[in-house]
Amino acid sequence: MAEKKTSLGGEFTKGLIRENPVLVIMLGTCPTLAISTNLENSIGMGIAATIVLFFSNIVISMLRKVIPDKVRIPCFIVVIAAFVSIIQMFVKAFAPSLDAALGIYLPLIVVNCIILGRAEAFASKNNVLRSAIDGLGMGVGFTLALALMAIIREFFGSGNLTLKVLGHGTTLVDICHLGDGNLLSAIHAEPILFFVLAPGGFFVYGLLIAISNSIARKKGKGVADINACYVCENAEGCMVVADGENAGTIVIPKPVVDTEPQVQKVEKAAPAAPAAPAAEGKEEK
Amino acid sequence: MAEDNRVKKLTVSSSPHVRSSETTTGVMLDVIIALAPAGIAAIIVFGLRALAVMLVSVASCVLAEYLSRKAMKKENTIGDLSAVVTGLLLAYNLPSNIPFWIVILGAVIAIVVVKQMFGGIGQNFLNPALAARVILMTSFPGRMAAGAFVGLNQHGWNVDGLTSATPLGLVKVAHASADIQATAPTLHQLFLGTTSGCLGEVSALALLIGGLYLIIRKVISPIIPCVYIGTVAIFMMFATGFDWYAVAYELLSGGLFLGAIFMATDYTTSPITKWGKVIFALGCGIITCIIRIWGSLPEGVSFSIIIMNVFVPYIESQTKPTPFGTKKEKKGKEAAEK
Repeated sequence: MAEKKTSLGGEFTKGLIRENPVLVIMLGTCPTLAISTNLENSIGMGIAATIVLFFSNIVISMLRKVIPDKVRIPCFIVVIAAFVSIIQMFVKAFAPSLDAALGIYLPLIVVNCIILGRAEAFASKNNVLRSAIDGLGMGVGFTLALALMAIIREFFGSGNLTLKVLGHGTTLVDICHLGDGNLLSAIHAEPILFFVLAPGGFFVYGLLIAISNSIARKKGKGVADINACYVCENAEGCMVVADGENAGTIVIPKPVVDTEPQVQKVEKAAPAAPAAPAAEGKEEK
Repeated sequence: MAEDNRVKKLTVSSSPHVRSSETTTGVMLDVIIALAPAGIAAIIVFGLRALAVMLVSVASCVLAEYLSRKAMKKENTIGDLSAVVTGLLLAYNLPSNIPFWIVILGAVIAIVVVKQMFGGIGQNFLNPALAARVILMTSFPGRMAAGAFVGLNQHGWNVDGLTSATPLGLVKVAHASADIQATAPTLHQLFLGTTSGCLGEVSALALLIGGLYLIIRKVISPIIPCVYIGTVAIFMMFATGFDWYAVAYELLSGGLFLGAIFMATDYTTSPITKWGKVIFALGCGIITCIIRIWGSLPEGVSFSIIIMNVFVPYIESQTKPTPFGTKKEKKGKEAAEK
């Protein structure tokens, strides 16, 4: 794999931009859309997920030779759930307001695709040090993407943008605030509610992916593409057929150790059009 | 997005859209002519402010189209007048006292986000004006609903006792025709348009004149408006327990005529097959009624059309004519599906 050649520093920085879990690999979409209405909550969520990711990657990497292949997913989940419980207790104890704000999304870190995805795609195949750094980088990348979305959505959606001490409600930096006699209220700005609603979340998310794709394409790097398996880190163990006539069906995977099927998949996925254009192509003939 | 080249190839190799380069302007001109009576009615009912909203909307739509095409380094398409139509439809979906900056924002959403980001004319999967209205409605609910009162006040109509802005809002709280008659404008008022609401939706008469013009000129097929309005009529008949006054009220109030005649018939975002049109209009009608009766909003036309727009590719693939259709149908299908 390509990862094995990269340096330790590269292992960390790849999660920030090049392989950003949210904007490029497109994992963890649900918490991203749900939490990013508010900068403070996003950062809290990002930090919690980063800690879980860091420790679960370490433990899973340590256990990677012990865990039987057939039951690996439940094993990963058990490890992840343990750390999520610890984090949840910490947040409840030291930042109760954050716990209240995040609500169900804090325990739901257990099923966060980023954490399971990194366990499956990286920690179960790499040594402890690399896995730890990978977890840290991916976690920070997740936090950055969340914060970026939250800045846009909170600014336009509620007209406020404040950075608070996590869980205490003390305002650290009041970047802007509607109706305080500052710039925004001077021009009679009104919050655009759409941005804090779910459709606005999808809209901002789509915009950010478009921007990051166009930057990546200019630099010749991999871009986010839900229709292509080759950008997906989990393609190897993936059970869903993404293209062709059987799109969407789940197939029994071949043993993960076998690398040959992956090569075939890559070739198959690359030239295939997404479902709709493919259907059109037939009509033309 | 990654297969930009592939998409481009598809666009070029597949057939041109129904609005081919020669007739797009003509079709759009017909639509503008058909929209004129409703515009005149709006100016009569709401005053010059309505005209100002229309002008701002059209101007900002055309400007947004020009600038976004320029920014994307593509050939300019403002000559086909589609931006003018979008601007007019957007204005018809706004109340008369809406601040101009909301109008401009709506124009940018309609043209840049909904239309140009998906590839410009013929490529959008939602009706641009309607999508802009829905986004504005969710963003500024107070602003979008408040307009009607001003229209009423300006002309000195009695607003005492009105609990909600539009006639449909009143129907929402009233349950039988006796209650409606007590609180809301009469059917006669609704038909002529001397009532509250968005600019273009108030006068059913003016919209019908425009719709007839479009049908006679064969710009639109009568299937969608007829099935849409018919579905609402039948649904409401049962929902109101054959209360004819209430049914007529439901039909004439709100944006039903505007939506059925001008929005649901948009070439790009409605099915091209005959049965597809029927299914599309049926879905619009049912969703409209469901929102009107059980939803928290008084009006559901814009949401129902937007929701059905999304289903158009699936409807078309399911209603594909068995002998593989005529060439014309194929063309439209490709255009709408994109």
